[in-house]
Amino acid sequence: MSIIVKFFASLREHVGKSELHIESTDALTCAKIWAQVCHEEPLPSHVLMAVNQEYADPNTRVHEGDEIAFFPPVTGG
Amino acid sequence: MIPQAKQLKHSKVLIVGLGGLGSPVAMYLAASGVGHLVLVDGDCVDLSNLQRQIIHETVHIGQQKTVSAQRKLQQQVSDIHLSLISHALSKHMLKNMLCDIDVVVDCSDNFATRFALNAACVEQKTPLVSGAAVRWGGQVAVFLPEQKQSPCYRCLYPDIEEQLETCSHVGILAPIVGIIGSIQAVEVVKVLLNIGTSLCGKLLTFDAYTDTWRTLKLHKDPACPVCS
Ligand SMILES: [Zn+2]
Repeated sequence: MSIIVKFFASLREHVGKSELHIESTDALTCAKIWAQVCHEEPLPSHVLMAVNQEYADPNTRVHEGDEIAFFPPVTGG
Repeated sequence: MIPQAKQLKHSKVLIVGLGGLGSPVAMYLAASGVGHLVLVDGDCVDLSNLQRQIIHETVHIGQQKTVSAQRKLQQQVSDIHLSLISHALSKHMLKNMLCDIDVVVDCSDNFATRFALNAACVEQKTPLVSGAAVRWGGQVAVFLPEQKQSPCYRCLYPDIEEQLETCSHVGILAPIVGIIGSIQAVEVVKVLLNIGTSLCGKLLTFDAYTDTWRTLKLHKDPACPVCS
């Protein structure tokens, strides 16, 4: 399957790109995608993620054509 | 002015934090005609604040932020009713205080305050308009605990003690807090007047670096220790 992964704000700098495509034959979750893109780095606890613009958690399954987005936590004011 | 603005005169809004977000929130709510603002901040004005906290001025350096903000707001709207709380709110005080507050606006800069405000709002069923910003972007969300399906701030973030990036450490582009704070003020007015489609159950995110706005649909977490 083919999916789109997006990184916003400071995560874009962290990963070094804002968007990439992943091709996979395995069943994938948000956490697995993060690990694959970030060279097995553990998913930080406060990172927000969304599948097709709906709030998701690390165990959310992704499907063909889905868009997965990662957002950094923000608390500044 | 919008035709419904007269109703705002009888509204009472609690603003927690008079920094980068609290500045535009307070000024725009005052300008919109909200009759009573309760301003909470325990800090004093520092020179380093002035770059983004536009309610404060050079002559107010060293003064309580609440007092500095009061001066600016009174110049703006002479008959506005202001209550000042120049220290952090305890859980107990917060709970008591919310009984006659129409909307709470979270303009704070740390998770501890955000979680405490959220818990009190859920308990008292007080609407909460939450905003946060750092570097080139920010987020806004609205929680309406009165509505059964409304998620809460704790459904969004796990309660883990963690030092995150602050505006004073990693910086922020000043207009970002203006943008995020202005959206918070708009959402407060909408909640007060019960008009439009509220951001309840959604998280609006803005990344100025790529000019990307996103609205994420949130879910009430059935395992949330605060609202479920
Ligand atoms: Zn909750």
